[in-house]
Amino acid sequence: MAAEPTVLPETATVYWRPRADGERLDRRGRLWTLTTAAHIVPFVLTAALLGALSLAALPVALYCLAHAYVIPALYAQRGANVVRPRARAGAAAEHTALGLLGDLVGHEARELHAQTGLVMERGKLGTWLVGEAGALLVRGRKVWCYCVQVKEPDLPSADRIAHLLLALRADEQGFATVANLAFAGAPRRVRARMRDSMRPALDRAAKTQR
Amino acid sequence: MSKLVRMDQTGHTTLAEWAADDPASVEAAVQAFREQLDQGYFAMVSTGEGHAEQVKELPVDAPLVILRLPISGG
Repeated sequence: MAAEPTVLPETATVYWRPRADGERLDRRGRLWTLTTAAHIVPFVLTAALLGALSLAALPVALYCLAHAYVIPALYAQRGANVVRPRARAGAAAEHTALGLLGDLVGHEARELHAQTGLVMERGKLGTWLVGEAGALLVRGRKVWCYCVQVKEPDLPSADRIAHLLLALRADEQGFATVANLAFAGAPRRVRARMRDSMRPALDRAAKTQR
Repeated sequence: MSKLVRMDQTGHTTLAEWAADDPASVEAAVQAFREQLDQGYFAMVSTGEGHAEQVKELPVDAPLVILRLPISGG
């Protein structure tokens, strides 16, 4: 067989990015937590100070608290959006694509996909949930939400997933390098913003990391 | 029979089928394989559970070769 040790060729398009590895992911995860804290703490402190100074400043204090809540919530929403389902292709194409995807994954992953629309794949970096235009990586007690896709709008959803799955299987670190990080943080924050039907996939992926 | 399939708008299209002991079918498959690579597709073969590899020449003994498009960060 003419197979070669695969480095995802797409990594050449993001040559300035260091190749993702566990240590780098963890560092980025911590940085994301710090950034979130940097968004929250000043607003909360300001709200506390204003509340303590005068009752007249209470509306502004409440406004600050709302900011402290909304900004991290928007980031978490951005994370959940990476696995939001996209527009469907024709029924026949979807059916055909589903057959191929089914051949690529095992029984458990097929069932989970039928239920949630996400394919679970265990890797060295953690447990992945692959969607149509993005993937979630559950690693330890955090989830990394990646925006990554094949730029062909007419592909059936199962084919979109199969594209990502094959790339992930060929070079997991390269996959994490090419993908754009949309959010990193506690799985519960993403879970709350995912579609109800998708939540069991995140629960199952989180269970593999305990 | 081995298969060369391309993931596309129809779900997937079988571009070639070959048997390792049939040189004519292998030659046709190699030709189709090269054309797709020239069009920017990447060829992938599964190499066990959870593993895949990119190939630049048609692996004649592989049961299934899948052609995929490049991915990119969204």
